[in-house]
Amino acid sequence: MRFGNLREIVDGFIRDGQTIAMEGFTHLIPFAAAHEIIRQGRRDLHLIRMTPDLIYDQMIGIGCARALTFSWGGNPGVGSLYRLRDAVEHDWPGPLEIHEHSHAGMAAAYTAGAARLPFGVLRGYAGTDLPGVNAQIRSVTCPYTGETLATVPALNPDVTILHAQTADRQGNVRIDGIVGAQKEAALAARTLLVTVEHVVDSIGAAMNAIVLPHWVVTAIAVVPRGAFPSYAHGHYARDNAFYLEWDTIARDRQTFARWMQQHVLDCRDHAEFLHTLEQQAA
Amino acid sequence: MSYTPDEMMTIAAARLLWPGCVCFVGIGVPSAAANLARLTRAPDIVLIYESGTIGTKPDVLPLSIGDGELAETATVVVPLPEIFSYWLQAGRIDVGFLGAAQIDRHGNLNTTVIGDYAHPKTRMPGAGGAPEIACHARQTFIVLKQSPRSFVKRLDFRSSAGFLGGGGERAALGVGGAGPQIVITDLGVLKPDAQTRELTLVARYQNVGVEQIVAATGWPLAVAANVEIVAPPTAEELVVLRDLNERTRLAHAQTRRATIAGVA
Repeated sequence: MRFGNLREIVDGFIRDGQTIAMEGFTHLIPFAAAHEIIRQGRRDLHLIRMTPDLIYDQMIGIGCARALTFSWGGNPGVGSLYRLRDAVEHDWPGPLEIHEHSHAGMAAAYTAGAARLPFGVLRGYAGTDLPGVNAQIRSVTCPYTGETLATVPALNPDVTILHAQTADRQGNVRIDGIVGAQKEAALAARTLLVTVEHVVDSIGAAMNAIVLPHWVVTAIAVVPRGAFPSYAHGHYARDNAFYLEWDTIARDRQTFARWMQQHVLDCRDHAEFLHTLEQQAA
Repeated sequence: MSYTPDEMMTIAAARLLWPGCVCFVGIGVPSAAANLARLTRAPDIVLIYESGTIGTKPDVLPLSIGDGELAETATVVVPLPEIFSYWLQAGRIDVGFLGAAQIDRHGNLNTTVIGDYAHPKTRMPGAGGAPEIACHARQTFIVLKQSPRSFVKRLDFRSSAGFLGGGGERAALGVGGAGPQIVITDLGVLKPDAQTRELTLVARYQNVGVEQIVAATGWPLAVAANVEIVAPPTAEELVVLRDLNERTRLAHAQTRRATIAGVA
């Protein structure tokens, strides 16, 4: 485990063509890290996330992705992810290979990945058309009962990137609030990169808290408000107004490109990104 | 008090839930209805959102399924793989409350694509938690607006199983839940026939004619011999729903300046 700045960490660990999971179920979405990957112009990534959310809408729209593994691809409570739609419907800015699951299927795949098992098993996908369009959804016969159960291959990303509230100086990482499949995605990965709100002397975790011990963490960058416009419980709220605004920004290719230029590509780092939005709101 | 068809739909859906019921809630009308039930007739209802929040009591409706409000007011917040395995798959959910873009006559749902899967005319968000909710909740209630575009003869994609082709086909799947037991729309109420499992119109709202509902359905709709009339909203139901919606609107419109205050 080592601490570094986000630019160096992305430069050091993210390569074109990698399989990357950036988890956080609505909460703690690692926007700062995604924006840095966009700035550094990474391409041909296979992106994994249960809910692609605005973070992957941006990465897909800007051309970082060749493939997407996901289970629900909307703007939560608002509607469409228009950049994802444009990629699937019109191959813009390029074709996007999709591997589609249900949430339960993705959760089983991460859990298997974390346990280094070859596949996850569930009573799932029954009576749906999903196995017909995703050849990775298969089945197995239970050796004890004879029941047919659905299987999904383990997800083992090259890199998982998370945002968390807290790290201590040793690099132990603590996650509070809605934790999604972050722990599973973290332990399933070969490399684990984390951005945190702050570093403290003592992690102060309750006995059963979600803590990722320093020796499973590859690198940490301190990025205050690194999950914005999603949120970090105890630090700042989800910017629901921005999620509503994104509907207009992402709907049109040019509007999207201008927004990304102004707020991501022309900014040096996440602090500048936040500053541009703050100026706009003022 | 006058009311809109959307308000009637939400209120009719809320009336389905009972005190103590354990309900797995989707975003949108299901979430509004479940919270309306909690604020009126069923204060001890247990609401579960797939983000892992169990027993949540939000003061405003969440915009996303993982808003902080849900976690702060929950009895417990569990990891997401757990919510789908230990809670849903294990059969601990009384009611799965689902919406959809398309439904067919046997209560199967599409939330995935309009058109061909590989080259869709419209790519929708996808299935999310619904395929397993549809299988493992003891029963599901479905709520969506009724029109020939949403009530279709043939789904473009089956995202979640209802009664499949009808009759005993669902039972043959060997899944735990009984499937869709009621469909609430902005025009009336449909229930599956006990044998064929075909959705049948059993009730309509005041001022909505049976012909209007038949015309809003993309297949020849089965109509019960005796179509009941749903009681209109009470003043209490309307006041509580409107207060909830207004609190929610104000909360979601909070400006970014407020949200990122303290950054500079």
